Amino acid sequence: MKFSDIHTQQTKSMRRRVLCCALVLLIVIIASFNFGRYGVNLIDAGKVLLSQIFPIEQTWPDNYEKVVIYIRLPRILAAVFIGAALSLSGATYQAVFKNPLVSPDILGAASGASLGAALAIFNGLGAFWTQAMAFAFSLGAVCLTYMVSGKIKRDPALALILSGIFIGSLAEAFITLLKFMADPENTLPSITYWLMGSLSNVMMSDLTYVLLMMVVFAIPLFLLSWQLNALSLGEDEARSLGVETKRLRIIAILCSTLLTATSISIGGLIGWVGLVIPHWSRMLVGSNNKALLPTAALMGGAFLLIVDNVARSLASTEIPLGVLTAIVGAPFFIALMIRGKSNY
Amino acid sequence: MTLLVQNGTCGYSAAHPVLQNINFSVEAGEVLCILGPNGAGKSTLFKSMLRLIPMLGGALMIDGEDTKDWPRSRLAQTIGYIPQATSPPFAYSVSDIILMGRTAYLGMFASPRKEDIDIAEEVVDKLNISKLLDKRYTELSGGEKQLVLIARALVQQPQILVMDEPTAALDFGNQQLVLRQISLLSQQGLGIIMASHFPDHAFLYSHKALLLKDGGIYSIGNPGDVITEESLCDLYSVSTRIINTGVYSKTAQAEVKVCVPLS
Repeated sequence: MKFSDIHTQQTKSMRRRVLCCALVLLIVIIASFNFGRYGVNLIDAGKVLLSQIFPIEQTWPDNYEKVVIYIRLPRILAAVFIGAALSLSGATYQAVFKNPLVSPDILGAASGASLGAALAIFNGLGAFWTQAMAFAFSLGAVCLTYMVSGKIKRDPALALILSGIFIGSLAEAFITLLKFMADPENTLPSITYWLMGSLSNVMMSDLTYVLLMMVVFAIPLFLLSWQLNALSLGEDEARSLGVETKRLRIIAILCSTLLTATSISIGGLIGWVGLVIPHWSRMLVGSNNKALLPTAALMGGAFLLIVDNVARSLASTEIPLGVLTAIVGAPFFIALMIRGKSNY
Repeated sequence: MTLLVQNGTCGYSAAHPVLQNINFSVEAGEVLCILGPNGAGKSTLFKSMLRLIPMLGGALMIDGEDTKDWPRSRLAQTIGYIPQATSPPFAYSVSDIILMGRTAYLGMFASPRKEDIDIAEEVVDKLNISKLLDKRYTELSGGEKQLVLIARALVQQPQILVMDEPTAALDFGNQQLVLRQISLLSQQGLGIIMASHFPDHAFLYSHKALLLKDGGIYSIGNPGDVITEESLCDLYSVSTRIINTGVYSKTAQAEVKVCVPLS
């Protein structure tokens, strides 16, 4: 067979699979309107949504609008975008560090965000400042990691991981200190709850802005996907192929860190998505980042939405989302490792 | 096309350079074989030529032009690198790996297009490796990987190929497969620089041999002249007998010799 034929074949099959993933996400989104304490049938939910754009005669109870537009929709959007963002940045980090076991919090993004949020809650600042400080500290931690790694005379990827571990544990230590000093009646539980991750406080008003930011941070990653392929072969090989590795690494780390920081700032700590979903996506579409990144984003969105549906409907009180992603994610990861093809 | 290393000083710190006073050149169509014991600085020299580490002194000139300030893409369009075949952490398809050779010609945000695929097809046909295309790179044997890496480097359309021990870890058949390919490529006008652990390969397939020892060039010249029982003893501390085989090498234009270590 000719190279061009095989290439066309592979490209077509990749495209088909990415489309399938998009379809899966769409189905999960539609079905999710039906989940929750208050049953809304899907046809009515669709009508309510459309009525926001087109004038449709009201054939549904008044409170449907409140449930669909102000409760379900923001929550669904948040779950999809956070899942997509975490999974996308996980896949990017894995390419940058040429290591499939890296997750988005490897450079201290998550620990930094937690410290920021804990500080805000400790000082009695409101929800807005908790989000803002989580975001700022997350970026700050990763910047610090980057600066420290520059001083370590090793392979740059390894140096980054080492300093990430260092900055991460430093932040963790301060969080523990804050918890120790916090008021056990009031601020300590708030900090603890925040760290468990939840989407129950997401509101449409802050969401639009955040979602827009996520889209802006994600676009460069999709555009850089071919260069990321070369980078994942290793520093020397990538450079000998003509890649300006330093510049590429900075852009990729910056965008994926911004994605992670944004996600954590609105949803709290949600682990495992950034590690498990890129793996799973690699089994579905292969390692080429041109297909992998969109697949990871789509499947990450679908995964977190499903888990969030479970979180809010399994028990009489909501199960913290971060806890559930770990409970689902860890065994899922093991199953992938055991049952999946060894080579993907 | 001429690649020229002029008064090169190579290494990781200016206080302790690994190599000094490095002077040599490679012309189009020429195969230069670099020999030297472990730790003599072969890899350091390669890293400097590919600008993976900066030259501590001297210059790498291509057609009289200093390459110091060239962007990486231009360097990659001129010098193709064939590393030792390793297993990357991700299982890219063979066709993806080959197409990655086009990266130097693509903008930062671009992906391979029709013309890149045509170039890859031409190279794959020339190397006759189309049967590997529907596999994953990580599934290939060592020799097959090496061929795919050669294809990737050729897709870069370079004028010089740099190979780091292209036959390391290959069986007898695969070694000859790769070496024959190298010889063919030089006949088509590529300049080739390869590091090797086998003096025999220099006799078989190279025009020039460069011997490295003690932080500098021990000798450089026609393989038949510089690879001697004496020089091998100096380089590797192994007493060796060099025997004429009566077989004629087309590349070296001389009788092929073999080295037999004496114990």
